[in-house]
Amino acid sequence: MSTMVRGRPLLYTSYEAEMALLNTRTKRVWLGVLLIIGAALPFLLTDATLQTFARAMITAVGVIGLGLLTGYAGQVSLGHAFFIGLGAYTAAVLGGDPEGRRLGFGITELLIWLPAAGLVAALAGLLVAPLAVRLRGLYLAIVTLGLVFVGGHIFNEWRDATGGPGIGRSMPAPTLFGYELGVNGELFTRDQKLYWLMFAVLVVFALAARNIARSRVGRAFTAIRDRDVAAGVMGVNLARYKATAFAISSFYAGCCGALLYVVPGFLAPNGVFNLEVSVLFIAMLLIGGVGTISGAILGAFFITFLPTATRLIPDAFPFISASPTEFPNVFILEQVLYGALVIIFLIFEPRGLFGIWLRLRNYWKTWPFSY
Amino acid sequence: MTSDVILSFEDVRLAFAGVVAIDGVSFTVGRDELFAIIGPNGAGKTSIFNVLSGVYRPQRGRVVFDGKDILGRRPHQIAAAGLARTFQNVELFANLTVLDNLMLGLHTHLTYGTFSAIAWFGRARRQELAARAEVERIVDFLELEQWRRMPVGLLPYGVQKRVELGRALAMRPKLLLLDEPVAGMNLEETEDMARFILDIREELKIPMILVEHDMGLVMDLADRVMVVDFGRPVATGKPAEIQRHPEVLRAYLGEAARTGETSGTGEPSGTGEVIQTATVGNTATVGEGARGTDSGGGA
Repeated sequence: MSTMVRGRPLLYTSYEAEMALLNTRTKRVWLGVLLIIGAALPFLLTDATLQTFARAMITAVGVIGLGLLTGYAGQVSLGHAFFIGLGAYTAAVLGGDPEGRRLGFGITELLIWLPAAGLVAALAGLLVAPLAVRLRGLYLAIVTLGLVFVGGHIFNEWRDATGGPGIGRSMPAPTLFGYELGVNGELFTRDQKLYWLMFAVLVVFALAARNIARSRVGRAFTAIRDRDVAAGVMGVNLARYKATAFAISSFYAGCCGALLYVVPGFLAPNGVFNLEVSVLFIAMLLIGGVGTISGAILGAFFITFLPTATRLIPDAFPFISASPTEFPNVFILEQVLYGALVIIFLIFEPRGLFGIWLRLRNYWKTWPFSY
Repeated sequence: MTSDVILSFEDVRLAFAGVVAIDGVSFTVGRDELFAIIGPNGAGKTSIFNVLSGVYRPQRGRVVFDGKDILGRRPHQIAAAGLARTFQNVELFANLTVLDNLMLGLHTHLTYGTFSAIAWFGRARRQELAARAEVERIVDFLELEQWRRMPVGLLPYGVQKRVELGRALAMRPKLLLLDEPVAGMNLEETEDMARFILDIREELKIPMILVEHDMGLVMDLADRVMVVDFGRPVATGKPAEIQRHPEVLRAYLGEAARTGETSGTGEPSGTGEVIQTATVGNTATVGEGARGTDSGGGA
């Protein structure tokens, strides 16, 4: 397209060019580079590292969903773990072995059970949404917290579907149009294939979220977050858009849950979908950057790779043990780090990693001048 | 007659527990009229606006807008019916850019759904591009070009007030409610706003209700003025009549001023000018400003 004049990146000669998703050359180039690197990584990394990458990418889908609800629409939810759990068990039940001891329908086709897991979670989100019309802020956070406990109880007790505490059940090996993604093939290993699957899912979900954010729906979300009374007077149907935010966010959470346990291949119910998970997702959102899609992705990668980084600490500082039974060990350090990071980011950079990136970018834009 | 009336507000009473905010106020607004509501602070002017836009529900009365009874409808339904407003304290979406705030004004006129938005294809894309072009006309109309892409939270107060007016205009209103559009502005900004209000009348032909403490602006622009005090209507009429109305003088200047004026020697329009000049370009309330001038003149 020749609608952009070189050297004047903010000069647009058509609204199409101005409103395009990638409206500057820099954005187009960098996204292209990232996509190429992302697609090429399976040829460069070991399978174990690829698993971590796959987990980070699918976690990012969940964080993006939470970002739409909490970051864009301003509805603080502690119930994200519940929706993730719903998605995970829906996938497990749909894809489970119909001859096995647990409830299963034997549907291994990804294009069926993945949207189904999202839809079940979205439906639950719609049921919860009326609460958000009545409550806001901390009150909504507390009520959604209740969901996690209700969910925890159901997941523990409904043994036919979930396997019960301490036992769990296996996750289905996904197939796409009959092609097996969950087993080692002649050309590619299982982890390579799963990496590409998660990569594709992340790209699709991130793109969809960006489109929602820049549409009338996303504008309505931000309006509700910034000034809800004014939003109503401007014609935004508050009840409807809060419900939409919950449904979309839960759909993302459901899909995240459905794929999150495909990589390990096993889903144990105790403590997997508890409050800690909800808080961890909020931490990822805060550390990455609230109110941006790229921030949510950054946060998910940062927190997912944090354990990988902390495991290296005992080598450098021998007084910190790598064994969970000794006192100053890496696992304790990890928990402390999560908390410390959230506090540090909230105080020093509330815009998160995305904010740090903005600062760097603006610094180099005007370098060597200070403004 | 009825076809000339865009809004009729009939005998509305609004009370919060023991506090009566609006007590039997009635008025009508014509299709090409600029109707002003004035009164001391706490008289119930903004409450009238909040009843109109559906934020408050009155206990009694009827509000007919463009032939439809809108009382009891929710704010977004009233907005969709064509009633737009600005707020006394700027209620913009501070983190959104000027363009996005204006686009939000178009919310009810964009009809594509969530799924279309996700794909950003066909209807969604077409409507967004058309909306962007429409919003640019408002940017041009209100001379907001240099601030287009700035988050409104960073803009000066006078510009924020203008963006808010633009956001209301983007709703393609049939009736525009302006709640103190020049409160806290300096003389130059007030003159700019007055010019925009006149432009809206002449070019866009949108009827308006104006709540304002700046008497110079009200008396110059309004076709008719209604005075309210303690939630009750005091008088309604042409600006010149209102300036001389004894009940209005009593509400604004107190009983002593009225008796002083009637027992005084002449200049029946003199006290009217006190109202007119007391608060031009001033953020103080009319009551305080007028009283100050009055006591100064008496000394």
